[in-house]
Amino acid sequence: MTRKRRRLYFVLAGMSVLGLAAALVLMSFEDSLVFFRSPSDLAENPIPAGRTFRLGGLVAEGSVVKDGVEIRFVVTDLAETVPVRFRGLVPDLFREGQGVVTEGRMDENGVFIASNVLAKHDENYMPPEVAESLKEAGHWQDGKEAEASD
Amino acid sequence: MTAEIGQFSLVLALFVALLQGIVPLVGAYRQNASLMNFASSASLVQFLATTVAFIALTVAYVSSDFSVLNVVKNSHSLKPMLYKISGVWGNHEGSLLLWVWILALFGFAVAAFGRNLPGSLKARVLAIQGLIGVGFLLFVLFTSNPFERIDPAPFDGKGLNPLLQDPGLAFHPPFLYLGYVGLSITFSFAIAALIEGKVDPAWARWVRPWTLAAWGFLTIGIALGSWWAYYELGWGGWWFWDPVENASFMPWLVATALLHSAIVVEKRDTLKNWTILLAIIAFSFSLLGTFLVRSGVLNSVHAFATDPARGVFILGFLIVVIGGSLLLYGLRAPAMKGGGLFAPISREGALVLNNLLLSTATATVLLGTLYPIFLDAVSGAKVSVGPPFFNSTFLPLAIPLVIAIAVGPLLPWKRGDLKGALSRLKLAAFSALVIMGISWWLAEEAPILAYAGMALFAWLLVGSLVEWADRIKLFRIPLAKSWSRLKNLPRSAHGMTLAHIGVAMVVLGITASEAWQSERLGVMRPGESVTVGGYEFRFDGAEELKGPNYDYLQGSFTVFKDGDEVVQLTPEQRVYTTPPMETTEAAIWPMLSADLYAVVGEEDGKGGFATRIYHKPFISWIWIGSIVMFIGGAFSLSDRRFRVGAARKKKAMPVAQSPVAGV
Repeated sequence: MTRKRRRLYFVLAGMSVLGLAAALVLMSFEDSLVFFRSPSDLAENPIPAGRTFRLGGLVAEGSVVKDGVEIRFVVTDLAETVPVRFRGLVPDLFREGQGVVTEGRMDENGVFIASNVLAKHDENYMPPEVAESLKEAGHWQDGKEAEASD
Repeated sequence: MTAEIGQFSLVLALFVALLQGIVPLVGAYRQNASLMNFASSASLVQFLATTVAFIALTVAYVSSDFSVLNVVKNSHSLKPMLYKISGVWGNHEGSLLLWVWILALFGFAVAAFGRNLPGSLKARVLAIQGLIGVGFLLFVLFTSNPFERIDPAPFDGKGLNPLLQDPGLAFHPPFLYLGYVGLSITFSFAIAALIEGKVDPAWARWVRPWTLAAWGFLTIGIALGSWWAYYELGWGGWWFWDPVENASFMPWLVATALLHSAIVVEKRDTLKNWTILLAIIAFSFSLLGTFLVRSGVLNSVHAFATDPARGVFILGFLIVVIGGSLLLYGLRAPAMKGGGLFAPISREGALVLNNLLLSTATATVLLGTLYPIFLDAVSGAKVSVGPPFFNSTFLPLAIPLVIAIAVGPLLPWKRGDLKGALSRLKLAAFSALVIMGISWWLAEEAPILAYAGMALFAWLLVGSLVEWADRIKLFRIPLAKSWSRLKNLPRSAHGMTLAHIGVAMVVLGITASEAWQSERLGVMRPGESVTVGGYEFRFDGAEELKGPNYDYLQGSFTVFKDGDEVVQLTPEQRVYTTPPMETTEAAIWPMLSADLYAVVGEEDGKGGFATRIYHKPFISWIWIGSIVMFIGGAFSLSDRRFRVGAARKKKAMPVAQSPVAGV
């Protein structure tokens, strides 16, 4: 085997692995990108039922209803609201008036069926997407947040 | 007073690090021995100064000195002593102090243990180490000062986040940092080699132990982190492809690649440029990880409240380090004499394949981790890339890698014989088939990937054992002779076998727990029973109790197998007072064959409690396997010390003739 041919083998091997990886990435990117939406975004551009996305906002005061291991609540950005249903144990920091990010899909009746409610480590922490969407909806109080995180 | 001493020591360390970063470089350029030797003394002083600073902060925590802002924010007088101490690094400022301290410690270790390093190489390595120290000390002093005072001092602190009050997490950051910072040494060696314009097998021998150590610490650090997520978050999961997890996983992948490519440099004097590049990339990933965690650009379960100014600083530092080192690489690497090419079917060919797969896998993880940030910056769209992406890109690359791990060690250097190697793997292939049959026969039906995973486990385990048994000619010569061969085998050989077996165990743990996990979610009333994974869980009720700094609801389960009592499980739901926060304490009964996992939630108002029960087959093998990998690394490391000792013995005689010549 000549030097040239050996080098060719290595280059071919490298290219084929990279090509494989690129193909894998392209194939899975389409399905696995999960977009974040606030209730206002949804009101403007509804997402068809069945497509997975993340919904974030505040858990509306007085909206949490627990029924066994099923929990129903309303996510709001103080402009629009979306009802949510989730089967499972909610994370420790889940409570009314707090920021929340849920992952799931809409059903035919406009209820968001969450497969996952994301937890945060810190009680002062506001998910950045939620903070931003609240700002857009014009309900962000920096002063209050600063006080809370002090 | 202690805070001021700490502050002063940090400033001192900064100035020493600055000198350490400049003087030895000049010395090495001019071949001035006394300027070069300055590096060693400077690294000692830097180490002592940062040690004093670290002790000062620890004292402030242990004595609950609430005139120090950092202590107020993260400690409380009633906190148990272990968490007062771990609280030192359980926060941003303190963890960076720990980082700086480990950096100085490793720099000092190079100075102390590297007596047989050529003078100029050692001076340059320590100088680079000093410059990295300057960057981090500036970062600590200007954006994250742990010694800031508060006036008036409050009566008590705010307490440490209860999720972090946990033994697993107390030691997770230090191990991870030992790994991250350990890679700074290989980075410094790579940069020094680029400046010198020389890479030889001796260089690889100095780099390898540091890579091994860093890799071992990263392994333990990542394992501790996933173990903590598993038992503390109460979701039953242990790995979420969370950006911050990826941030620690990517340096591990690159360090694994580096570990293997350095062997090729050492044994075959080739693949040099690639190894240098890997060393640069590995440390770049450490810095990137720090940036991702500390800047708050990521939305993740790890995202603590963070400060953008810090992000800008680290980003700038990142650009200088990565950009600068890659520029240097681009300028100097082409001039470096490359080694010869080699046959694709050979030990070095297999190691190249290992590197190819590992670095491609790293690239896909990097893409999935950074894409959301990129998209946000470009279009403002918020997306997240979840486990489906990583599962469908990472796994197809990991599977051929695991197959190749068993084959590689059976191929000789230079020119291998694939047929011969495969024929020695007949037993491994047979065991793979058998275990597929067994899992098909015994367990419920599962996706095809599950059987493939079981087969990979058997293939790698048996393949590694066969290679090891071949080396000592087990059962082919009398046992006593095998025993003496075993004792003469270099420790790195045992280390490799152990580490590869560790990988096999992790594969088993992941496969079995993902494929055959059973879960039951439901409201249970006292006295009710459910059967999960062949175990009967009887719920005995729950009661409200008081802990040292929290109140808690304790549920109680009695678990039976075939009518015999196995264990009592008592999961808790805790409510901490400082800071006010709830945590879930899952009750876990780990066994080799499976973990039993129970969580209790709130009462439903009608006497029932929300409960979640898991049966996770073989999941503890993930962590046992990680420990075995670490032990394998430690074994290889001890081999190296042996070699340094031997080199020193040889050197001891001619030392009088030429003290400068080095090795």
